[in-house]
Amino acid sequence: MSYLFTVSPDFTPDHLSGWYIFNTWLQRQSESAIHLEMYNDFPSQRKAIKGDEVDLIYANPFDAAMLVREKGFLPLVKAMGVSDEAIIAVNAENPVADVAHLSPGINVAVTEDPDVTMMGMIMLEAGDLHAGNIQTNVYDTYVLVAKHLLKGDADVGIFLAEAYDDLSNMIKKQLRILVRSQISVIHHSLMIGPKLIDRRDEIQALLVAMNEDDKGKDILNSLGFKAWVKVEDEEMEFMIDLMEALAT
Amino acid sequence: MIQDMKPEDIVGEYKETLLDLYGSICRVVLYTEIETPYPDGKLIVSTTDKNGVITHVNKSFIEMSGYTEEELINAPHSILRHPDMPPAAFKDLWDTVNKGEKWQGIVKNLRKDGGYYWVKATVIPNIRNGEVVSYTSVRRKPSRTRVEECIKLYPTLF
Ligand SMILES: Cc1cc2nc3c(=O)[nH]c(=O)nc-3n(C[C@H](O)[C@H](O)[C@H](O)COP(=O)(O)O)c2cc1C
Repeated sequence: MSYLFTVSPDFTPDHLSGWYIFNTWLQRQSESAIHLEMYNDFPSQRKAIKGDEVDLIYANPFDAAMLVREKGFLPLVKAMGVSDEAIIAVNAENPVADVAHLSPGINVAVTEDPDVTMMGMIMLEAGDLHAGNIQTNVYDTYVLVAKHLLKGDADVGIFLAEAYDDLSNMIKKQLRILVRSQISVIHHSLMIGPKLIDRRDEIQALLVAMNEDDKGKDILNSLGFKAWVKVEDEEMEFMIDLMEALAT
Repeated sequence: MIQDMKPEDIVGEYKETLLDLYGSICRVVLYTEIETPYPDGKLIVSTTDKNGVITHVNKSFIEMSGYTEEELINAPHSILRHPDMPPAAFKDLWDTVNKGEKWQGIVKNLRKDGGYYWVKATVIPNIRNGEVVSYTSVRRKPSRTRVEECIKLYPTLF
């Protein structure tokens, strides 16, 4: 029997090979056949989850409620010191200094990342902006969001903070941050589904110990992580409640 | 527990009033006209038990309220109750969460130093194994338009 592992489609392209190496490591360590399936977008990944095809997932916080409450998933680990934060940025030449000065009708460039867009929209809400009075355009990558800000056909961009920080200095010099979120409790999590749940403790222990040897450390590095830390059930429940409180 | 506010904690000129809390305790409240702006990009989070007694606060909560964590934990949430907030708002809050539903509203909160800050609050019941075990409030920055509306509306609700 083979299990299916998948990663939230908002992974950084640089880390794609890292996830394949991680999957190989996980198969060896757990002595199980695990197939890594990288879906191109959130809808196709959600369809697979709904169809009970997924057994392990590095999940976007936005999907955690559905995974836990409808599909019987439980948390394993999160990346140490990593949380999802959003940035609202404008073209550096835009005179606006505060979200409160943005006007209805503006064009907002976003990606499909559901949690980042949600956090960004909450920050725009302080300026009386909401889905009903702005025009949102969805792009495949944050680099494209930045390019449309530079071209001037987007007034505001919503970025994953980490992706913004990774933009080239040349691009960043032409942009300006209006707000950076400091939420710190919303994060991606590696989660385990019903078919593997009996082995949760064993797999969790393998992951938590991963940074203890050089090989494991190298693989974590190729994912951009330092170590995995355990996520308690209550921590996950609390994050789900928080996401629900923020959803409207 | 909840104590009267002390003049030595207050920053600036203040007014004094008595607030009936919990339907029984009376608290001396000292308040000023000094507003602390909501910090950009942050969420203010707290959890209470089923009676509204604080069990958890995040860092932004501590910073904005002006109290220490020790002063907040085990205190009733009405420690932040501002005299300008109409009781009807909190009745609606409790009626809503008691039904197991989510409540949202614009709230003026009282700081330890007598000043105030406006928030947009969302209160939800925390349901574990099918039962409500606690309540969590997540606050975000409100828009100025919503705040101005409430400044006009709230005095009419007393
Ligand atoms: C999770 C939660 C958060 C609350 N947050 C506040 C708050 O920030 N400020 C406030 O005045 N009341 C808050 N309340 C309502 C108080 O419990 C209380 O009802 C209110 O301050 C009015 O006081 P009284 O009920 O004693 O009259 C909150 C209640 C809950 C359940």
